[in-house]
Amino acid sequence: MTSEVADPAEAVAISPAADPGFLQRHGGTIEYILIPGAALVGALGVFGVFVALFGKNPLDLYFYMYQGAFGTWFSWQNTLTRAAPLILTALCTALPAQLGMVIIGGEGALLIGALASTSIALTMQWAPPLAVQLAMAAAGMVAGGLWIMLSGGLRQYRGVNETISSLLLVYIALAILNHLVEGLMRDPTSLNKPSTREIGAANMLGSIPGTDVHWGLVFGIIAAVASYILIYHTVFGFAARVAGGNIRAAKIVGLGVGKLIMTVCFLAGASAGLAGMVEVAAVQGRTNANLAAGYGFTGILVAFLARQNPLAVIPVAILLGGISASGGLLQRRLGLPDASVQVLQGIIFVFVLASDALYGRIGFLKGKS
Amino acid sequence: MDFGRISRRHLLQGGAALTLGTALGGRSAFAADTTIGFIYVGSRDDYGYNQAHAAGAAVLKKMPGLKVVEEEKVPETDAVEKTMESMINLDGASLLFPTSFGYYNPHMIKMANKFPKLRFEHCGGLWTDKDPKNAGSYFGYIDEAQFISGIVAGHTSKTSKLGFVAAKPIPQVLRNINAFTLGAKLANPKATTQVIFTGDWSMPVKEAEATNSLIDQGVDVLTCHVDGPKTMVENAARRGAMVCGYHVNQSALAPKAYLTGAEWNWEALYPKFIKMIAAGEAIPNFYRGGFKEEIVKQSPYGEAVSAEARKHADEMKAKLIAGTYTIFKGPIMDNKGKTVITAGTDRGQKDPELEKMDYLVEGVIGATS
Repeated sequence: MTSEVADPAEAVAISPAADPGFLQRHGGTIEYILIPGAALVGALGVFGVFVALFGKNPLDLYFYMYQGAFGTWFSWQNTLTRAAPLILTALCTALPAQLGMVIIGGEGALLIGALASTSIALTMQWAPPLAVQLAMAAAGMVAGGLWIMLSGGLRQYRGVNETISSLLLVYIALAILNHLVEGLMRDPTSLNKPSTREIGAANMLGSIPGTDVHWGLVFGIIAAVASYILIYHTVFGFAARVAGGNIRAAKIVGLGVGKLIMTVCFLAGASAGLAGMVEVAAVQGRTNANLAAGYGFTGILVAFLARQNPLAVIPVAILLGGISASGGLLQRRLGLPDASVQVLQGIIFVFVLASDALYGRIGFLKGKS
Repeated sequence: MDFGRISRRHLLQGGAALTLGTALGGRSAFAADTTIGFIYVGSRDDYGYNQAHAAGAAVLKKMPGLKVVEEEKVPETDAVEKTMESMINLDGASLLFPTSFGYYNPHMIKMANKFPKLRFEHCGGLWTDKDPKNAGSYFGYIDEAQFISGIVAGHTSKTSKLGFVAAKPIPQVLRNINAFTLGAKLANPKATTQVIFTGDWSMPVKEAEATNSLIDQGVDVLTCHVDGPKTMVENAARRGAMVCGYHVNQSALAPKAYLTGAEWNWEALYPKFIKMIAAGEAIPNFYRGGFKEEIVKQSPYGEAVSAEARKHADEMKAKLIAGTYTIFKGPIMDNKGKTVITAGTDRGQKDPELEKMDYLVEGVIGATS
């Protein structure tokens, strides 16, 4: 792609040439911004060609994508609303990745978290809303955390591949949810759409003042920043990264790998569980099959695009939220099918994964050492 | 490609859109025309539920002064709220048709409260007098058409064994299974309907398995109630069984095996709504009907349907339209031997008791849980 070549050249032009140490000191950071950025531009370019093959003007495409995702205040809110659950579910993949684990079962933790938080809200109808909300958050996080700990435990103590087990646990979570929602927890008046009772309007979380965006976005940002600090600025995070780099070396230096795995899996599941709680307390108001909307699966994509960096999860989630927000406009204005957004996501994914090979290979970023 | 230039251009266009949007109070300049938004939960060419609505939308597209915007595969989460808002804010839609059952509460209610001057029409028959007055919910008594399909199936089956591939044991689905069976028994008192529940609205693999398993047990006429009957119709036809369709006419998929089918008639209802609005009449908030009100229709009979079956079916259809026949007329026993509608009780189409149906009538092989 010509664009990938064009972009670094631009970066050189804007970087202060008078300071030869600049690239040396910040080369790594620049690389982390430049390479994914170029991959994104490249993916958009290929998608433009793809759309042109269907006889649509790529310039219209870019304009509508921009307008639908970021072009108006409404579009921004649309984007941020869609990004909110993705930040939390992406952490469910990004945190265990520090330990070298590939957990893809965030959807299951989200469903179990939603179920647990709904259950507690329904039993606490006498309590003031703030207490109910706190209890819901706690229940959602604990339940989601324990759910992913199951995968961690299976891996650590039984040698079961955590990727497979976490994925299969999604289906078990969905089956449990459907079973309870259609049986024990069913609101008898929910005839054709089996659902639990509602948690009550007073217990709903509401929106961030001045916007339509629910509080899940704030929770997500806090969780992402906290995860970043935990992983990169604490002893615990350092130990986790050591174990992720070389598990035998970690054992030799005496790190409690089992404890690390279980704790990180708990934290990962807790953030997806919190996403489930937010979906109940801010959006649906009850639990039913609508909760299985695939946020957990899109979260995996976000985590990989963010290269498992908890901080990078935030902009990537906003980007994917924007793509999904603009998808509607592409359907309505250009007559593209819904699948076109999935094609774009797929192209971005391939570009980002392929661009991994470029790290440390861009000559001018290494500086003169 | 010169990406820098494009992004600047988009920035300017976005800025212009923002200013324009604010100046017009968030509405685009489509004052002369009415823009109608259709939202589907699945793809609009699914040979099923969503295609039936898209066919209705296609009729509106041809009417002068109307602009139709459509979005498919919108999940039943806050994504649908944002889709509605996006259609309102960016396309200037003033009438919205969120067509999936799960869009109603809380999503469409929320939007109807937020935009009290716009009209929202939901498919599902869920409106109650507690809901906003600018919201409506319509639905059809499609069990009338299933009853007629049952008569045709009863006459056609050689083994007297009919099959029903169903999604979930909820009242709407049970009512279809029961009406189909009652129709079949009218034609052939020995007829039985074996039902298999797949557990969800769109489960192509399970639907195919259910179809095969029913045919293996000697079933020679099948029908279904899932979102996309395509899987059942094609598989059954391949195995040499006959089918009755659902949602839309599937005869194109199996020209020889297609007997008849229960179809929605949104092509007739939607223009009716538009005419009501144009004439300044209010669309009733709760709008339901069957054959007589032209909300449901019967597919034309296939070549395998005997003259006798045609005559019987046409006769019963005429009675249903005239209102001289009741499908759920006591005494009716469930398949466990319990009387569910006592002798002398007529449960007419509008009877709210039928909305709570939780049983399978005598002649159905299967269980609700």
